[in-house]
Amino acid sequence: MTNLFEYAPAPESRAVVDIAPSYGLFIDGEFTEAADGKVFKTVSPSTEEVLSEVARAGAEDVDRAVKAARKAFEKWSALPGAERGKYLFRIARIIQERSRELAVLETLDNGKPIKETRDADLPLVAAHFFYYAGWADKLDHAGYGPDPKPLGVAGQVIPWNFPLLMLAWKIAPALATGNTVVLKPAETTPLSALFFADICRQAGLPKGVVNILPGYGDAGAAVTAHPDVNKVAFTGSTAVGKEIARTLAGTDKKLTLELGGKGANIVFDDAPIDQAVEGIVGGIFFNQGQVCCAGSRLLVQESIHDELLDSLKRRLSTLRLGDPLDKNTDIGAINSEEQLSRITALVETGEAEGAERWSPECELPSTGYWFAPTLFTNVTQAHTVARDEIFGPVLSVLTFRTPDEAVAKANNTPYGLSAGIWTEKGSRILAVANKLRAGVVWSNTFNKFDPTSPFGGYKESGFGREGGRHGLEAYLDV
Amino acid sequence: MPPVPKSDKPAKGEKKARAKAGEQTERAGKAPAAREATASFADVTSSDATLRRFLHGLPGVDTVGLEARAAALGTRSIKTTAKAYAIDLAISMIDLTTLEGADTAGKVRALGAKAVNPDPTDRTTPKTAAVCVYPDMVATAKEAVAGSGVKVASVATAFPAGRAALGVKLADTKDAVAAGADEIDMVIDRGAFLAGHYMKVYEEIRAVKEACGDARLKVIFETGELSTYDNIRRASWIGMIAGADFIKTSTGKVGVNATPANTLLMLEAVRDFRAQTGVQVGVKPAGGIRSTKDAIKFLVLVNETAGPDWLDNHWFRFGASSLLNDLLMQRQKLATGRYSGPDYVTVD
Repeated sequence: MTNLFEYAPAPESRAVVDIAPSYGLFIDGEFTEAADGKVFKTVSPSTEEVLSEVARAGAEDVDRAVKAARKAFEKWSALPGAERGKYLFRIARIIQERSRELAVLETLDNGKPIKETRDADLPLVAAHFFYYAGWADKLDHAGYGPDPKPLGVAGQVIPWNFPLLMLAWKIAPALATGNTVVLKPAETTPLSALFFADICRQAGLPKGVVNILPGYGDAGAAVTAHPDVNKVAFTGSTAVGKEIARTLAGTDKKLTLELGGKGANIVFDDAPIDQAVEGIVGGIFFNQGQVCCAGSRLLVQESIHDELLDSLKRRLSTLRLGDPLDKNTDIGAINSEEQLSRITALVETGEAEGAERWSPECELPSTGYWFAPTLFTNVTQAHTVARDEIFGPVLSVLTFRTPDEAVAKANNTPYGLSAGIWTEKGSRILAVANKLRAGVVWSNTFNKFDPTSPFGGYKESGFGREGGRHGLEAYLDV
Repeated sequence: MPPVPKSDKPAKGEKKARAKAGEQTERAGKAPAAREATASFADVTSSDATLRRFLHGLPGVDTVGLEARAAALGTRSIKTTAKAYAIDLAISMIDLTTLEGADTAGKVRALGAKAVNPDPTDRTTPKTAAVCVYPDMVATAKEAVAGSGVKVASVATAFPAGRAALGVKLADTKDAVAAGADEIDMVIDRGAFLAGHYMKVYEEIRAVKEACGDARLKVIFETGELSTYDNIRRASWIGMIAGADFIKTSTGKVGVNATPANTLLMLEAVRDFRAQTGVQVGVKPAGGIRSTKDAIKFLVLVNETAGPDWLDNHWFRFGASSLLNDLLMQRQKLATGRYSGPDYVTVD
């Protein structure tokens, strides 16, 4: 039947953000052109509209930025922790004040729904800065001995899925501990990092403490390989992470990697079904599944498989896909054409290997990069869609019969970033969580983030922890 | 999937027609189907033990997840045409209520007049679904709304505490029905429920249902007193298998009344019950819903949980009194572009 209660468009205003036609690199407190004058365009993935033209960093720019960061390090690291904390608190407050502007900007540049940037990304970004601001003058009590020292210049390379949040995860602990930073945002989402550069100026942060170098993989490689960088932090694909590990082998650089994942969301037969369905949907369709810790493998107990799948399909058919700036949009655009073709290819492989594909009836906009929420049933451990990270709105459904089988299947992956357990039985939660080799295990919820909680991977999902007290270690000489 | 919100909005006449269609059309074949559903649960209701096993075998409710879902749906932004539709729909779903010791025939007549003609300045305003009064006011209310299509609902069964012998409760019900009540709002025995005597609760609902005859039965759980979401889900199922036409959150007489979360949970229950038995049961949140904004949030819950089949006053009601004036003021605002004020709606 046609539904007369059709929600009218409710778009967030674009007028709150003023995007300049061009942006430079942010080095030593100034916006500057790239040494070789190269630029690239950043587009809005939901419309393919060009948002701005951005300077593209090369090796020479990286060198310039590292020198600036090195020069700034001496004074910055010598500041009392309480003074560094003041800058971080100031940054956190400015982020809160400008959160609407930043949310709209992030939605335009990334393609994710405004609902998410407004209610998840931006509050978490501010919370992260507030949290590490609090640590700045308490490092003596962090458990790493008295007066722990910073490492020096941190080279940081971040992905496009949570551009500003990943920046916060990297920059907040680095500054709190007294390091200076050279950060390269992803080539498809450079804008929020450049707005952050402006926030650093607004906060009066000393020149050279934060340097932002928009660019491609070559710039990222130059940052990680630079001989005067003391610490490398990377979030992104496992393939690039391995490459970085090879580059850094034999150097004295400290390295943390946060890479891919193939999270198992395990639903036992005594789970709270309606909330489990919400958790499954949030686990894989949050940010169009472009989340390293996405619950992309659903492991459901065979005895409730049909019932759960019916509920899940009914729920998927209520998801609203479309204009990311519309406040009622649940599913936004895929970040880039390249990512869309990667998702499409993996989904075609899934079909070719005999997994059963299902999507709700769903009209995709004619411009931009879009992919309908997709389920695969009849999936086994041998299917590509159960093994490879798809990084898109695609859920593979597998079954199990006993708790042991659930654990064995959940752990049977080269990754180990996240997992979820759904059961009303507390003892089972504890028993299963202890056996899962995943950096974060959620029970009766999924994709819950908090700056106080350490986050990181097992196996090919990387090493090192970000967030919480543990997150300080990566930036301290301990 | 509703994709990008479409611009082809329902024509105004179409909306009206629908709201009207929603008004009190009798669904043929509804009663026997409900009886069949009750019969199909005969095994479950054969003893206290079987009923307990059934109710405790229902999937649990995760408090945090349920409340998070209700809050997330509360962020839907309902504007322009959708808002206009929602306001008219909400007005048409109100059980305009007065349940005070101080109720008089005059007060009830005023309420009836308002139900029939909520906005004297705009005769296109939909009527409310019903007026809801104590049993001794049913005859007066009936007269006040005569010929309008507005129903008369009466609370019964020793409302609001329900602390009386079954015979008294049945007499209370029969009295209201005899006076012309179209709908009966009963309260369950929360004491029996909390003590685990589920059969007592079930049998009482069945007995009241019998006493109702053709009147539709709304079963009030007083969710604030049941206190846990698991209890609310269990109570919902007892009510539905006992033949309730509506399940209703609360009396409006205790601290916690209708909330988005407990209403969402009851909407899940009626959705699951229809999937299992084919029988559709209505839902009525009552108490504490005072603003248009709140009412629209509840309609979003209905739309995205039970589905559009429930977006009709035969299947969804608001138990409220002050809500109506806020809806009317918002309705006037949509029509004129400015807020009027409390002196431009009637005080009752």
